[in-house]
Amino acid sequence: MADPTPSPLPEAPTTGARRSNAASLTTRVVRHGGYETRAMLGNGEQLVLAVALPLLALFGLTFTSILDGVAEHRIDAAAPGVLALCVMSTAFTGQGISTGFDRRYGVLRFLATTPLGRAGLIFGKALAVLAVLVVQVVLIGGVALFLGWRPEPAGIPLGVLLLILGAAAFTSLGLLIAGTVRPEATLAITNLAWILLAAGGGILIPGSRLPGMLSDIVAVLPSSALGDALRETLISGTMNMGAILILLAWTIAAGFAATRWFKWN
Amino acid sequence: MTTTEPSLVVESLRKDFGPVAALDGRMVRVLNGISLTAHRGAVTTLLGSNGAGKSTTLACAQGLLLPDGGTVRLLGTDPASGGSALRSRVGVMLQDGGLPPSVKPMTLLRHVARMYDRPVDVDALAKRLGIDSFAHTTIRRLSGGQRQRVALAASLVGNPEVVFMDEPSAGLDPQSRQTVFELIEELRERGLCIVLTTHLMEDAQRLSDYVYIIDNGRNVAQGTVADLTAEATSATESRTLHFTADPGLPIPRLHDAGSLIEEAAGRYRVEGLHSPAGLTEITSWWSEQGVLPTSISMEPKNLEDVFLDIAQGGTRG
Repeated sequence: MADPTPSPLPEAPTTGARRSNAASLTTRVVRHGGYETRAMLGNGEQLVLAVALPLLALFGLTFTSILDGVAEHRIDAAAPGVLALCVMSTAFTGQGISTGFDRRYGVLRFLATTPLGRAGLIFGKALAVLAVLVVQVVLIGGVALFLGWRPEPAGIPLGVLLLILGAAAFTSLGLLIAGTVRPEATLAITNLAWILLAAGGGILIPGSRLPGMLSDIVAVLPSSALGDALRETLISGTMNMGAILILLAWTIAAGFAATRWFKWN
Repeated sequence: MTTTEPSLVVESLRKDFGPVAALDGRMVRVLNGISLTAHRGAVTTLLGSNGAGKSTTLACAQGLLLPDGGTVRLLGTDPASGGSALRSRVGVMLQDGGLPPSVKPMTLLRHVARMYDRPVDVDALAKRLGIDSFAHTTIRRLSGGQRQRVALAASLVGNPEVVFMDEPSAGLDPQSRQTVFELIEELRERGLCIVLTTHLMEDAQRLSDYVYIIDNGRNVAQGTVADLTAEATSATESRTLHFTADPGLPIPRLHDAGSLIEEAAGRYRVEGLHSPAGLTEITSWWSEQGVLPTSISMEPKNLEDVFLDIAQGGTRG
């Protein structure tokens, strides 16, 4: 007979001070971020949204004349907008849909009862968004460089900050939708918004190129703010303060609203 | 902290939901003064029908919901402010499971274990619960009983001192049920404080050291299973006597013993026994008939009778 193996079941301590059994906050957030990142990168639909569609947009804008006149070379005008689109894919649509369904299935409720907690869950998701964004920037930025993209070096640090700010704004918006409506509605809203904003939201094509009143409306959207600010800094190294303020305002407003109205179940 | 201090103390818990549109925007009082205490090394059960407030009570006890009134002390701490240190000592099995459908059981269990400093051996736990046999199937494709076992494992991987289980036997096939019940009994022996809810009397009777019957967000009865059934079978209340004897005995008219019927061939039931005199009347009748019953039983009420009594009382009130 084999030796009796120790039981795998928990055992309550009978003596001594009970102490926390939680992994540290940083450990929990990093581990959950890694888990969510693997989940996003392992999901076919998410990859289409995060990589395939932005690549198509990059090729489309580079091989047509839509963006002629925005920059000296088409690729220089196209690449920043496509990176902005990547932010929207991952932080808003991808993140929103997965959070919506996690909420439906009670996954958020369950994880909130573990040491991860609600705050750790949100930080972990934000970390996963940034991790996937890094993958997207490397892949799609790499293809753009191959196609001849030459971003203005002086504008790159601000460009990185803008991508992070954009991720914060769109993550907050995605969580706001995912936390307030049914997951099917989240799916519909975030996909539709992605298509509409990609086509006419100033993200790929400057809002100023849209006709009349539409261009004024689009100018205050987060998509247009992110697209315009990224284009300006990566094409000419200039800072579009107005666009940055609009993006900040969206981040604060959506973050506040999500904190206020997000329903965990 | 002494070991006799309760792991969970809930006092006069009140929770309102709403406003509810169907009720002209009024609030609904879901919990209206629930109190309970749970100790380590014991199974404490909340028994009640659907909508009685069991899950809401658990959610408040776990700190997932903020009560509108009353207090909760979980391991000596307010769960709403206990943070990760408190959560790390408490396992939770939600009624709907809370499992992501696209993930495989072991991926989930390993991930949850990584939130703890000293988790249990995940592989051994999965083996103990029979999860290893479907480890490579996504949760979406598992049967109800298999999912329930994964949810149970997820509540235990963190090596908790207190485990909350919301309807742990719901949707289980007989074999899974047996596995889960044996596991709960073993957890009790290992000193854990187990708080579970059920709407099934049978489960409450089988597992519980202490039962709180709740209805409409209130405590309506509490005690050990023995206490509850004994209390209901008080001295003044009528009992039922069952006996088996030859079939087809002439049914007598009884004065003290209520009524006698032959339920099935040779199986007799006497209802409405209020006093020892009623029993004498029955034994005299046996004597007259020359009957020596092959079996006699006078059972105390079971938990179901208690529950029905209370439910009927509630309807009348």
